[in-house]
Amino acid sequence: MNQVTVPKPPGRARRLAALVGRQPVGMVFSAPYAVFLAVVFAYPLGLAVWISFHRYFFAAPGATVNRPFVGLSNYTEVLSDPAVRQAFGNIVVFLLVNVPLTVLLSLVLATALNAAIPFRRFFRISYYVPYVTASVAVVGVWLFLFNSTGLVDHVLGPLAPKPSWLVNSHLAMPSIAVFVTWKQLGFYILLYLAALQNVPKELYESAAVDGASRWRSFWSVTVPGVRPATTLVVLLSLVTGANLFTEPYLLTGGGGPAGASTSPVLLMYQQGIEQNHPDIASALGVLLIIGVLIIALINRRFLERD
Amino acid sequence: MAHVETRAAARQPQSQTQRSVLRLPRRRPSWRLLVLLAGALVFLFPFYYMVVGSLQTRDNTGLSGVLPNPGNLTLANYQHIDQAIDLGRSLVNSGIFTGGVIFGTIVFGSLAGYALAQLHFRGKGLLFNTMLLVQIVPFQLLTIPLYVLIVRDYGLADSYLGMILPFAINSTAVFVFRQYFLQIPRELFEAARIDGANELQIVVRVALPLIRPALLTAGLLTFIGPWNEFLWPFLVTKQQSMEPLAVSLSNYITTVSAQAANPSGAILAGACVLAAPAVGLFLLFQRHFVSTNLGSGVKG
Repeated sequence: MNQVTVPKPPGRARRLAALVGRQPVGMVFSAPYAVFLAVVFAYPLGLAVWISFHRYFFAAPGATVNRPFVGLSNYTEVLSDPAVRQAFGNIVVFLLVNVPLTVLLSLVLATALNAAIPFRRFFRISYYVPYVTASVAVVGVWLFLFNSTGLVDHVLGPLAPKPSWLVNSHLAMPSIAVFVTWKQLGFYILLYLAALQNVPKELYESAAVDGASRWRSFWSVTVPGVRPATTLVVLLSLVTGANLFTEPYLLTGGGGPAGASTSPVLLMYQQGIEQNHPDIASALGVLLIIGVLIIALINRRFLERD
Repeated sequence: MAHVETRAAARQPQSQTQRSVLRLPRRRPSWRLLVLLAGALVFLFPFYYMVVGSLQTRDNTGLSGVLPNPGNLTLANYQHIDQAIDLGRSLVNSGIFTGGVIFGTIVFGSLAGYALAQLHFRGKGLLFNTMLLVQIVPFQLLTIPLYVLIVRDYGLADSYLGMILPFAINSTAVFVFRQYFLQIPRELFEAARIDGANELQIVVRVALPLIRPALLTAGLLTFIGPWNEFLWPFLVTKQQSMEPLAVSLSNYITTVSAQAANPSGAILAGACVLAAPAVGLFLLFQRHFVSTNLGSGVKG
């Protein structure tokens, strides 16, 4: 089984090791996970591609249906659909609000937390609580806070937007972006807190010797020092954006008003399952996966250059 | 991947903090404290409001509704939501769904993590890279083919197995296991092998007891996934008796809330019940992590 306890003729052992590895029991140990990945990741990925190139719909159980190859027609249909374009535009709006807000707030709060201050543990816990709570639960409160008769509009009085946040076509998507920022921020704060430990102390000292202000040393030492964490934050925000479903489904009542907060995944659900066009929804899913992978690659290259 | 860094964050700050104490003049913490307090208010207020709102007889969305009014307090909202969506049944469904995922992750995920960290076998590189890839490609984007396979082809609609299957082994937890197993010196396992232990005995008797904190970390991060998951169980369940709480509460929000006397109160009561186990477990585990890993680091 392995080279320590079972001595074998060296030539044969080497050939066997080359074939299955020195400890083939590892294949047995990882088999359930490998099968799991094959069944719920690799195969569905292939199936998504296959469906996206065929005319596919849900038929009654047992019925044999013809599923002809249709080439790229599902893709052209997706790309020419104004609703899809609107959904992608909405994600751009989401990212324009979410990414800068997340990076700025989590870096500021992580910096503030990175010191001997009273109630440190309390702060860290309170920032992390929204992250561990179900979206469905906190959406319930946000609905209550941000509807037209909610507390936020009560406090703002005449300054409250009309129509109110979640039913305003200009504010629905930014509201979702703010909600998601709030929910995920604790996670990013901890990410930055870890990254701050890796910024060499000497850099702050030499900045101080050179007479740099606090702001200056934050900008020239801290910000470049945590760049790898920023890469991860941007990447994860993009993934979150591509993933949005629960928030537009519940917070803005199915991506309203008039599609102003529809997300691609919500569209996939509506087209694929509600309207029985899984072929078109699969094409949209495949495009999104390609998009996420490309962006992950670019992001890596761009932010981790030095 | 990211969860590991979270743990690292929980463990490391002490050294930096001690340095900061030396470096910073005495008056600095004041602005920090203000910023942090403002942040904590923004983070915690919705939770406070959730609890207060769930206890109001009539919903009061004005400023005065922020403070609980003794004359307007009731537990009726919890009764309403229980009648509407059967809280007990929903909690049991959530529990089975989450429990199944945690079981699969702990049993099979730790085995895979051990193999990836300590064993040399064919296909290891491929498995490792797939594990990383899975964490970048959002699960939601595979919703349609998974729905076709699990609900249509395998006929697993309205079953716990169908709910659990796509989440059965949490890849982030596998990664956490691998990181922990990597830290154990290889010689320890070699010694056990020389003593005649087989690999399974080594995992159960030597490796797992050494990474007990990883079991907690993996358990916690695995718990919040399925407990909070909405889209997949929403697609798999058609019968109300099978719906986890996140799904039944969401269906209540979108459909039947109009019929209740105080719909927001009932929604917030349901939200409290849904949030409580995750928040409670987090608080418990957080304390444990802090006491074992941070030690006597920061004296606030």
